[in-house]
Amino acid sequence: MSSKDKTWKEISIAGVCPKSSESFKTGDWKTYMPILDTEKCIVCLTCVMLCPDGAINWIPDTNKISFDYTFCKGCGICANECPAKALTMKIDNTEG
Amino acid sequence: MTTQEWKFTSKDIAVKPDLFLSGHRACAGCGPATVMRLIMKATRGPTIVTQATGCMEVVSSIYPYTSWNVPWLHTAFENAAANAAGIEAAIKAMQRKGKLKEHIDVIAIAGDGGTFDIGLQSLSGAVERGHDFLFVLYDNEGYMNTGIQRSGGTPSGAATTTTPAGSVIPGKLERKKPITEIMLAHGMEYVATATPYYWKDMITKVRKGLEVDGPAFLHVFAPCPRGWRSDQAKTMEYTKLAVETCIFPVWEAVNGKKQLSTPSKVIALAPQKKKPIKDYFKGQGRFRHLFTPKNIHVIDELQRLTDENWKKLLQNCESK
Ligand SMILES: Cc1ncc(C[n+]2csc(CCOP(=O)(O)OP(=O)(O)O)c2C)c(N)n1
Ligand code: SF4
Ligand code: SF4
Repeated sequence: MSSKDKTWKEISIAGVCPKSSESFKTGDWKTYMPILDTEKCIVCLTCVMLCPDGAINWIPDTNKISFDYTFCKGCGICANECPAKALTMKIDNTEG
Repeated sequence: MTTQEWKFTSKDIAVKPDLFLSGHRACAGCGPATVMRLIMKATRGPTIVTQATGCMEVVSSIYPYTSWNVPWLHTAFENAAANAAGIEAAIKAMQRKGKLKEHIDVIAIAGDGGTFDIGLQSLSGAVERGHDFLFVLYDNEGYMNTGIQRSGGTPSGAATTTTPAGSVIPGKLERKKPITEIMLAHGMEYVATATPYYWKDMITKVRKGLEVDGPAFLHVFAPCPRGWRSDQAKTMEYTKLAVETCIFPVWEAVNGKKQLSTPSKVIALAPQKKKPIKDYFKGQGRFRHLFTPKNIHVIDELQRLTDENWKKLLQNCESK
């Protein structure tokens, strides 16, 4: 929340939340991050569907799976459900 | 697009932009969050969502952020269906006056507390009056947002902060309220159960519920790793095990005629595939106390009840 935002006292009654939560990055919550072995991935889309955070996308042009680590909370659901065992959870060493 | 026309291929679903957006504040591995994302994949056009207080409302609307890419209204804990009824009536009035031409779908969402318990009166009333809306119950089997209290949807044997397992009781003593039976008894055109592990089945059911001209009810099983004291990576595994053990069979009832959906039909056709409920209880901290010599009889009793319910369901279903 930036200092320019109206406070809850200033917004209209039954006011709206004006910003998309996509500008709130939840990726720094994680301890582990899923790493994809593209050789093993069968592009079944199971992980894309089951991720609670919408952090996995399917790219139609390349028919590949892409991870958005800025939202991934590292729950491990994707790795647990991957039928091809193409995902492993590794400690997240990235900054921030 | 009707259910028949929509192809429901995985790729169609994957490319449809999320209407429940990333950046929400649900716990890592939250089952209801996956459910929110997926149910919104089934929308067919302009849609208004109204939601009762509970985890999914709180995590998606922390000021100044919203995770909803559709018009969305928060309402009091007991009012999701009343709000949906009001929205639907307003849409109809505007259409009558020629101020609005297009059709707008209305979805009400509430947790088990907001459905089995405090929201039941408004739900029953809205359904009885015949408003055109879909009610989605995401059932994490407890009042999670306020600290894991028991609800009418908590299963027997589960430890919660208000049914703590110890020397006095082995978790909740009462049974889970048969909410889908209660909704069926209202004579609704569409009532179904679903779990996100079988996401295609679930998304199809949401679409069917939207297409019905009148009220529809969908009961979705949605584990909460925080409240169930379970591994966050196993959230979806539990939604599969719940079906495989017949703890939570998936079925749909069109005009009161019940029919098993494929994941449960597979078990009805090959009963050797039915797993013991222990397989589902294992690893869930809320059932840990049942695996002690003192309480093991509780598991036997719950197995007997599960088998009994499954048998009843098979008898009620059109085809096995
Ligand atoms: C009338 C009223 N009583 C109590 C509360 C406090 N409260 C907020 S969320 C909640 C629990 C919600 O439980 P449930 O509907 O199961 O959803 P969950 O949080 O589990 O997703 C309660 C009791 C409230 N908001 N309004
Ligand atoms: S670890 Fe969890 S949040 Fe991260 S991509 Fe996998 S399922 Fe999504
Ligand atoms: S407490 Fe449970 S239902 Fe609530 S956000 Fe966390 S995991 Fe989800």
